[in-house]
Amino acid sequence: MSVIVLLLIVSISIAALFLLAFIWNVKNGQYDDETAPAIRILFDDKKPAAGSANNRSEGVTTAKKTENI
Amino acid sequence: MQVETFYYDNRIVKNFAFATLLWGAVGMLVGLLAAVQMYLPAANFGLPITTFGRIRPLHTNAVIFAFVGNGIFMGVYYSLQRLCKAPMFSKTLSAIHFWGWQLIIVSAAITLLAGYTTGKEYAELEWPIDIAITLVWVVFGVNMFGTILQRREKHLYVAIWFFIATWITVAMLHIVNSFEMPVSLFKSYSWYAGVQDALVQWWYGHNAVAFFLTTPYLGIMYYFLPKAANRPVYSYRLSIIHFWALIFIYIWAGPHHLLYTALPDWAQSLGVVFSVMLIAPSWGGMLNGLFTLRGAWDKVREDPVLKFMVVAITCYGMATFEGPLLSLKSVNAISHFSDWTIAHVHVGALGWNGFLTFSILYWLIPRLYRTPLYSIRLASTHFWIGTIGIVLYAIPMYWAGFTQAMMWKQFTEEGTLAFQFLETVTHILPLYVVRSVGGLLYVVGMFIMVYNLVKTVKAGSLLAAEEAQAAPLTDHQVVYGKEYWHKWIERRPVQMLVFSFVLVAIGGLLELIPTFLIKSNIPTIAAVKPYTPLELQGRDLYISNGCYVCHSQMIRPFRDEVARYGEYSKAGEFVYDHPFQWGSKRTGPDLARIGNKYPDSWHYNHMLEPASMSPGSVMPAYSWMLDDAIDTASTPAKIRAMQKLGVPYPEGYDRIANADLMKQAEMIRGHLAADKIKTPANREIIAMIAYLQRMGTDIKTVPATAAAR
Repeated sequence: MSVIVLLLIVSISIAALFLLAFIWNVKNGQYDDETAPAIRILFDDKKPAAGSANNRSEGVTTAKKTENI
Repeated sequence: MQVETFYYDNRIVKNFAFATLLWGAVGMLVGLLAAVQMYLPAANFGLPITTFGRIRPLHTNAVIFAFVGNGIFMGVYYSLQRLCKAPMFSKTLSAIHFWGWQLIIVSAAITLLAGYTTGKEYAELEWPIDIAITLVWVVFGVNMFGTILQRREKHLYVAIWFFIATWITVAMLHIVNSFEMPVSLFKSYSWYAGVQDALVQWWYGHNAVAFFLTTPYLGIMYYFLPKAANRPVYSYRLSIIHFWALIFIYIWAGPHHLLYTALPDWAQSLGVVFSVMLIAPSWGGMLNGLFTLRGAWDKVREDPVLKFMVVAITCYGMATFEGPLLSLKSVNAISHFSDWTIAHVHVGALGWNGFLTFSILYWLIPRLYRTPLYSIRLASTHFWIGTIGIVLYAIPMYWAGFTQAMMWKQFTEEGTLAFQFLETVTHILPLYVVRSVGGLLYVVGMFIMVYNLVKTVKAGSLLAAEEAQAAPLTDHQVVYGKEYWHKWIERRPVQMLVFSFVLVAIGGLLELIPTFLIKSNIPTIAAVKPYTPLELQGRDLYISNGCYVCHSQMIRPFRDEVARYGEYSKAGEFVYDHPFQWGSKRTGPDLARIGNKYPDSWHYNHMLEPASMSPGSVMPAYSWMLDDAIDTASTPAKIRAMQKLGVPYPEGYDRIANADLMKQAEMIRGHLAADKIKTPANREIIAMIAYLQRMGTDIKTVPATAAAR
């Protein structure tokens, strides 16, 4: 059953990789804000037509501000 | 800060969406044909390319890699650009990815129908296509990570993490499972043998479900569900927690496909424990999806997009509840090899993957084409027809699976088996008919959608480049405490992921595979010998005609299986099986010990017309094997490939292999002639008979040799 050794090595390396990614996430501050990201994705829906362009970027700035709190 | 203007590439999203529609229709129609063939052998049309053994792999590959595959790319290419506030990294790479993937699908369809297959479920494609898949996957990866690097949004939304995990894990699974020794341009042998091959294959097979059918679709759900409901996901924190939990646990669950087989017990238990644990992160995702609709259920009543999503997520919840249940050994003893498995995967496939894809198409196409959906009514009709289709599909299959498994295990009071295998099949045929009606409804729904979307596309015009604006990211990095050298790597997530993956993969694979695997193929059962050249050719015909999709070669240590098929299977019996052929479904009986059970002439007549030997049999006829000649030109190359894989044929055996082959063929021809069947010795049927008569006989010869010779 030596193939188990291979699978273990491959699986553990992948898991380790994900662990590093997770640590990076936490240290990078990706999870400091758990509210704004969920709301922010709802904002980019409207086409930046002539009149609405300003409104749109305002929406994004508001979301950014929330993130900094 | 200066706001930048850029354009999202919608054309590539549209291309993937159309491909999803096309391959979905094809894959589902092929599935419908397969469903009809289950009770109507005439629907096999007597041709190799239309026979169930080749139709079924075509169906699974088409719906998984063509329909869902293109669905994944459609969802990723649309959402990634918007989540990163950046267009795709490279339009050229997008185009290579798209056309490369379609080319792979077409070549897959052609080669599978032509009988070029590795014989490993869901990894049937031969080595040149495997390489092409790897290359296109790398192109996809570069394009995705390139986009992530150029993003204008610092936070990586949870969907992106699902996509990243998908990319890395699928790459690894595909590479490890596709290690094979080429024999010719379209023929190879799995690098691994027997138990080892089985473990690698189901480690791959299970994770293909996890990382091709689940994680990318969860990522897509996390983008499109909040968009369609126009409210944020119920708990962003839960989405993060269940993501990391899911990917850490999923990778260990593979062995639950091999419970009660010749796989070592501890490996089976490991698979069970992790499978049971999986319910937590899976239901975390399901509940998070459903709760997102809190306070929006009134919208679900009107909006077909949300209707499809609700059923999709519910089906995901049911399938992931059932999964851990099926991985319990006591349940698996009943469900495995039966239609229960088919019901289980189709709740996931039709409900979760199918309905989520439909909902996204209904949401996306009107947006890409700047026009309302042609008909909401038709979409609702599709929803109801599709839902009834799923119910009519799943319930008969659960019923059939449970009934048949119970019949298999039934003993009479005298202690003999209560039912012949064939009786258990004919008993559930009416349920197969109902299942195909369910499938038909689902396909009809699919075509209603195609019509609806074509009308929508015709009414609108494609917004090929969608303008958007965002401020660029600043390079400012927050330093937490002291700077360490590895901060440099950590700040570059992509390089870190790619480099460490490449390092680990190369190191691990190159060192381990050749040394370990070939050495451990030394048989533990002395009587087990390599296949003769004729048997090897027969085995390749068995693989090429997809016999493994209906016949298992694995007798589990249960009273009924031992009584029906013979001594339970031992790990040592499979050391020369490149690839293993244990199978996963018994539409026909197990063949692990079919050898010497019937005379050669029985097999000859059975392949010519199965119902003549087993009245009521639903097995297709393989009459062309009686006319086609064995491809003896390939024998030397096959022997040499096997030698490289550690099968102990004598040095230089490849040169005399065909002489041995003809000698054995003449012997079988003699047996047939004795039963008044006249056939030349070089026909495929002779090789097939040789293989069938060999199966499972090695360990029987131990006491018999002493007595007979």
